[in-house]
Amino acid sequence: MKKLSVLLFLTLFLSGCSDNWGWYVVNPYNKSGWVNLKFLISGYYFTLLLSFTSILISVAVGLLVALPGLSKNPWLRKFNRVYVEIVRSVPILVLILWVYYGLPPMTGLEINVFWAGVVALALSDSAFQAEIFRAGIQSIDKGQYEASHSISLNYRDTMRFVILPQAIRRILPALGNQLVYMLKMSSLVSVIGMQELTRKANELVVTEYRPLEIYTILVLEYLALILVVSAGVRWLERRLKSDERV
Amino acid sequence: MPESPVGNDIEIKNISKAFGEFAALKDVSLNVKRGERVVVCGPSGSGKSTLIRCINGLESHEEGSITVDGILLNHKTKSLEQIRSRVGMVFQQFNLFPHLTVLENITLGPIRSKKVTQEQANVRAMGYLERVKIPEQAYKYPRQLSGGQQQRVAIARSLCMEPKILLFDEPTSALDPEMISEVLEVMIELAETGMTMICVTHEMGFARRVADKMVFMDQGRIVEMAPPTKFFDSPDTDRCKTFLKQILHH
Repeated sequence: MKKLSVLLFLTLFLSGCSDNWGWYVVNPYNKSGWVNLKFLISGYYFTLLLSFTSILISVAVGLLVALPGLSKNPWLRKFNRVYVEIVRSVPILVLILWVYYGLPPMTGLEINVFWAGVVALALSDSAFQAEIFRAGIQSIDKGQYEASHSISLNYRDTMRFVILPQAIRRILPALGNQLVYMLKMSSLVSVIGMQELTRKANELVVTEYRPLEIYTILVLEYLALILVVSAGVRWLERRLKSDERV
Repeated sequence: MPESPVGNDIEIKNISKAFGEFAALKDVSLNVKRGERVVVCGPSGSGKSTLIRCINGLESHEEGSITVDGILLNHKTKSLEQIRSRVGMVFQQFNLFPHLTVLENITLGPIRSKKVTQEQANVRAMGYLERVKIPEQAYKYPRQLSGGQQQRVAIARSLCMEPKILLFDEPTSALDPEMISEVLEVMIELAETGMTMICVTHEMGFARRVADKMVFMDQGRIVEMAPPTKFFDSPDTDRCKTFLKQILHH
């Protein structure tokens, strides 16, 4: 909150120093400025919807890809490596373009902008999630598996009740990072026309010719969003830790 | 596979096991009767832990056969599951689940693998916590307990699965000296109930008191096997004599 207020203050202070600023485009006290501001802020809806849908899918897919990577079977491990290496090497922007323009003619599927964005973001992130889960699960002591084995738990129950609850607590900071990363990367989906924060700002710039003010608002929008989300992740970490604390 | 003769809970026939180049077990055979208490001792690296870890399938043996309660242990999931539900194990490092309370640690096994209801499991778990004398710790987390208390929770967790056989892998080696006796006390009481037990331990006072059979291992082989009186007073091999001398000296 302190950071945000300092930045706001600086912006307003600097704007006073220059004749080039024209805050009227987003001034809530005049009618068109208020309409513009509302238009910009409405981009939050798809930014949030896109990012959270994608992260949910990528966490699930990441876990499903991580588990074969820990298997004794070399073919399953190979599948994990191939998936991670291929997906990780494609830039997100390229993946977005490929899913939106390439996938429909190739498969005959109709895909709208939103789902193309979700598929691309989730796919790209799942490779990183898989690596995070693999590291988290590997960090759990061998004795935990042996104890589970000795009380007759099968593989599924061992993972569900013993290993994953501990692994997830450990990787929570990394998962939080991925969420922040996802929120930022969702701006790339603007190139295929998704009406999220960045796309809205771009459209307004085209009609108002005021890039300086509008993109400054865009920066502040992302900043506010990410500060709130980070605080939320930290709160969750504290809450889960307090379960175990002495 | 012929049926195991009645009365033998565990039959180990000529098993061998190697970790890479290192031969951990060489042609080991051991029979344990129902209700028998066996104490296994020997220098570190002699294969004693490996031996008992083979019994519940934590390690796989390469040659020979292991039969537990009439079930042949092979690498099929089914025989492993059947054997696991009959054999409990207590570890040197306790291996409690740190994210679960004491009660949840104990009830997890019965609820998931024996299909016992939550209420039944809780009642049963409290019964076993009484037996290891820490019912008041039921709602704490493992790290809030002392080492001795944690090991007693681990014993209660094994008992709650109602196993026929209990394996102890150096249960007091990770404990502070003043906590060893509280764990041994629980183990002695357990021995008196007639549970089949195999303990890897260097607590020779405990061994003398409860063991029916002493097993001494060195370099992957069983070197000496005898009732405790004979074992402690007149062991046959020099290797065993030296070992006992060193361990009893301190």
